[in-house]
Amino acid sequence: MTSPILSVRDLERRYGDFIGCTDISFDVWPGEVVAIVGESGSGKTTLLNCISGRLERSSGSIQYHMRDGRFPDLADLSEAERRFLMRTDWGFVHQNPADGLRMRVSAGANVGERLMAIGDRHYGEIRDTATEWLGRVEIAGDRIDDKPVAFSGGMRQRLQIARNLVTRPRLIFMDEPTGGLDVSVQARVLDLLRGLVSDLGLAVVIVTHDLAVARLLSQRMIVMKNGRIVETGLTDRVLDDPHHPYTQLLVASILES
Amino acid sequence: MTLPEYNFAYLDEQTKRMIRRAILKGIAIPGYQVPFASREMPMPYGWGTGGVQVTAAILGPDDVLKVIDQGADDTTNAVSIRAFFAKTANVATTTKTADATVIQTRHRIPEAPLSAGQVIVYQVPIPEPLRFLEPRETETRVMHGLEEYGLIHVKLYEDIAQHGHIATTYAYPVKVEDRYVMDPSPIPKFDNPKMNGSPALQLFGAGREKRIYALPPFTHVVSLDFEDHPFQVQKFKQPCALCNATGVYLDEVVTDDRGGRMYVCSDTDHCETRRQDGHHGTGLPIAGQETVKEDAA
Repeated sequence: MTSPILSVRDLERRYGDFIGCTDISFDVWPGEVVAIVGESGSGKTTLLNCISGRLERSSGSIQYHMRDGRFPDLADLSEAERRFLMRTDWGFVHQNPADGLRMRVSAGANVGERLMAIGDRHYGEIRDTATEWLGRVEIAGDRIDDKPVAFSGGMRQRLQIARNLVTRPRLIFMDEPTGGLDVSVQARVLDLLRGLVSDLGLAVVIVTHDLAVARLLSQRMIVMKNGRIVETGLTDRVLDDPHHPYTQLLVASILES
Repeated sequence: MTLPEYNFAYLDEQTKRMIRRAILKGIAIPGYQVPFASREMPMPYGWGTGGVQVTAAILGPDDVLKVIDQGADDTTNAVSIRAFFAKTANVATTTKTADATVIQTRHRIPEAPLSAGQVIVYQVPIPEPLRFLEPRETETRVMHGLEEYGLIHVKLYEDIAQHGHIATTYAYPVKVEDRYVMDPSPIPKFDNPKMNGSPALQLFGAGREKRIYALPPFTHVVSLDFEDHPFQVQKFKQPCALCNATGVYLDEVVTDDRGGRMYVCSDTDHCETRRQDGHHGTGLPIAGQETVKEDAA
């Protein structure tokens, strides 16, 4: 494909007089992972929520390349179309798995929910697909009828990933997917994500404050400060040769081991 | 000085008018929950305040009222509501399903088929079929509006995953005219097929939740299921112990403290009619005798 899957132009989100994020323009291409990094309060999550349609923007345009070839602004889609997009073509991985999972229904139903939402009505097939996806995110098949409340943090996060990927989406948004996990579990989740992203050819927009996560997963990086983009570029270039003083500070803040 | 009198059927005319408007809207959009300004009634929530308001709004002086609770005409709830309208509206009451023009019900649809011209009023505790899966009212309204009903199948999926079959036995969700998913009030799923294509008008009133919805006559009502786990009603292995009826919904009655029990029609009018027609069952069981239980499937 020769056009970006998501195109953001002059995006602004204000909270009254206060700027959430402003003057944001970037493209996401099919199959690439874009990391948005910056310190707390830099507007990363505001930006992510705006482009994923979870938050109203104040101005600017966000265009998405639909499966049927159209390239509409998200604001021009009907609410029904937008919500359909969100549960089929898109995924959203929350930092806290409890926000993205139904904690009171079994793991199998969590994975199967999107399938049932798009009209699957065959219990056996839904269950087979759920079992397959639990396997792909390294959750044992005999846990399929357990509720997420009985899962560890890392398992919940992997379950959330499976739940999002079951409809074969093309674009995934992630908000600090490894934020609440301890280091060894983080590594496992990242490893899994990296494998799935390349296997499925997903486009991913990932928000993180952890430069190591960005380095490991992303090809391109957007550095934000005070609601604005201060630097963009290939991840390796930005991390190894930061141009903007803030990026230099960010890179220099990593503990040397 | 005379004591103030109640308006006909207790509610004032403006209130009845408001409720009738909600009913008409409900009939126009089968299965859609219409909000209405539910009133305080002289009975506690949970006793049928929604059903009573709907009945009060549609009742005329020539109507004949029947009230059932779990199929029985003689339980507290049924007797109280029947007496309430006999007093406030001075309408004729009956226990015969065929003679009634308005039937208010809690938990059952009568066994005798309803006919054109009859109105059945259901008492509904929680009208929202998605409530226990999605607690936000704003969200469930959007889901109804956009026909996003995947979630209701999540509940059925959970049933099968846990019990091996769809274990929901009452308030079994239905889809109305291929559009709205509706909670048919806590009737046993045994009664669900009776709603489909019924010649009677079916009205649902939820007093505490302030919702009215309706099924006009001959509405297409389908119970939700999976392709490989189709909808099934409860089956009973034995007939009614009093009237020997089969294919009816049975209640379990414990007869002693040594395990004795009998299964009898939950629809008392149906059972009495059959016994008057000369049908007899096995009667009271011998204490401690092994009896056949309800078939789970």
